[in-house]
Amino acid sequence: MTGLLGLWHYWMIIALMMVGLYIVIARDNLVKKIMGLNIFQTSVILFYVALAKVEGGTAPIIPEGAEHVVYSNPLPHVLMLTAIVVGVATTALGLALCVRIQEAYGSNEEDEIVRMDVEGLARRGDRAESAPHADDVPPEEVPA
Amino acid sequence: MTEHLPALQVVVPMLAAPVCVLLRRTQAVKVFAVLVAWSTLAIAGTLLATVLDSGTISYKMGGWAAPAGIEYRVTIANAYILVLVTSVASVVLPFGLGSAGSSVPQDRKYLLFAAFLLCISGLLGITITGDAFNVFVFLEVTSLSSYALVSMGHGRRALMAAYSYLILGTIGGTFILLGVGLMYQMTGTLNVVDLSERLPEVMASRTMIVAFGFMMVGLFIKLAVFPLHQWLPNAYTYAPSTVSAFLAATATKVSYYVLARVVFTIFGAAYVFGELGLDRILIPLSLAAMFGGSVAAIYQTNVKRLLAYSSIAQIGYMTLGLSFNSLDGLTGGLVHLFNHAMMKGGLFLVVACVTYRLNSSMVDDWRGLGRRMPITMAAFVVGGLSLIGVPTTVGFVSKWYLVSAAVQQDKLVVAGAILLSSLLAVVYVWKIIETVYFKAPPEGGDPVAEAPMSMLIPTWILIGATIYFGLHTALTAGVASKAAALLLSGVP
Repeated sequence: MTGLLGLWHYWMIIALMMVGLYIVIARDNLVKKIMGLNIFQTSVILFYVALAKVEGGTAPIIPEGAEHVVYSNPLPHVLMLTAIVVGVATTALGLALCVRIQEAYGSNEEDEIVRMDVEGLARRGDRAESAPHADDVPPEEVPA
Repeated sequence: MTEHLPALQVVVPMLAAPVCVLLRRTQAVKVFAVLVAWSTLAIAGTLLATVLDSGTISYKMGGWAAPAGIEYRVTIANAYILVLVTSVASVVLPFGLGSAGSSVPQDRKYLLFAAFLLCISGLLGITITGDAFNVFVFLEVTSLSSYALVSMGHGRRALMAAYSYLILGTIGGTFILLGVGLMYQMTGTLNVVDLSERLPEVMASRTMIVAFGFMMVGLFIKLAVFPLHQWLPNAYTYAPSTVSAFLAATATKVSYYVLARVVFTIFGAAYVFGELGLDRILIPLSLAAMFGGSVAAIYQTNVKRLLAYSSIAQIGYMTLGLSFNSLDGLTGGLVHLFNHAMMKGGLFLVVACVTYRLNSSMVDDWRGLGRRMPITMAAFVVGGLSLIGVPTTVGFVSKWYLVSAAVQQDKLVVAGAILLSSLLAVVYVWKIIETVYFKAPPEGGDPVAEAPMSMLIPTWILIGATIYFGLHTALTAGVASKAAALLLSGVP
């Protein structure tokens, strides 16, 4: 297999990547966005694994006495272990933020949250913006 | 011991972060974190002195030689950035003794300090490592901890700011990962020195253009180059002020160094500027950032948001310096990187001082503060003058380099644009100075006192540095021009 079809796995990876990116852009639900981000990251992991593949290659273990063992490149797999950890951490942090946003706004839909923020601005005038940044409240004034 | 300093530079703050979580007691954690920050500054200072004295240090992580092992490589260029990051951290963390993240309940403050130390560790790692994949890992360490730091701001809008920062930051990080993967595919190596040696052979292939494209877009997001700056204003506005001061002073600066390294060391100026013509894209984008950011800053009613938009404009100056592809240009970019860290860090700390007393960062609420908080507001004036680029401040030094670099290449329009955008800075800085000094304080408000000493001293260290380095340019401009010469020479 040569030519465009011979690279079919790259086409699949690109398709997966675009699906992920589209979900991130098009969905309003914050949890779904995180899932889209996950798919997006997974496509890159597949990309690395795909480029490590050597045709006819086995696991990179050379038995005693064997001389010519064809094996796949193990390095990208190792790199992707790290990338998976990064992905898990990102997803966990993103979902934790979703939980806190749900608690603070009572919603996980981006359009509703934006509307609430805009309404908050209109109701309290320009000063509404000041409330969120008045961050360095003296310790005694911080609610426990 | 001294030969392991490159590793300790990153490992010390990274190991200190979980210790903070174990210590838990707020006072103990604060003192411990400050000591760790100071020790990283001492390490960075020693490294810079060593590098200036005896040239590049190559450290083999775990004794495994490059290219198989991970190499930490300290050059003049990145030792300069290491000193910048650690000195800002050393000034901002003690400031936290008074107030850092008071929006965070006292009993959870140790988490803020742990995230802060992780962020420092990641930034130092990005800077010091000589391995392309390692850059990605540390970039994500930094990003993840800064999302957490931003979300600790007061009020629910901080959460949304952190969320959109997370989405954009992760897309940027993944693009960088993809770019690194494509480079690995073509060369079979991840070591920066090795990459710069092997890439010229495969430069003609289309894969390299794609790799370069992904790297650039990813880095532009992390660096907040116009028009990929969307995450920055909200993140800086809603984060705790001390966190804004630290992130504004360091996070984008480290990304700038990575950009310079990718452009000049890995791909080489001949390919990037000669063949692909990055300057034809980056100069207009930088100019757009300088004008767009400054104009947007003029219309802001919130001081923190105003400073955030001004940051976008200042990043425009830095990328402009890089896109000249000349010694003066890159020196200007690197000097401005240092100078902007000092002034923006100082200005955000001023905001932190005011919000500590006044509980508001709205311009309107700052009326008449000049008489009530004279020392704090004097710091704002000095920082503001430096943003404009008045002689004897650091802002003047970096703009001098940028303008002369533009004139050298007969880009008189660009030189004019630098001067014109400085005038826009006059407008937004004046807007605050006018409110602070020439308007009567609001009636019936609580009397506002000067900020406590523990906050004034760190603020004035950063603001004082903008004057000191404006007069003694040998330290910053001298090292920066050596660093720029090293980067431009293409020697890794």
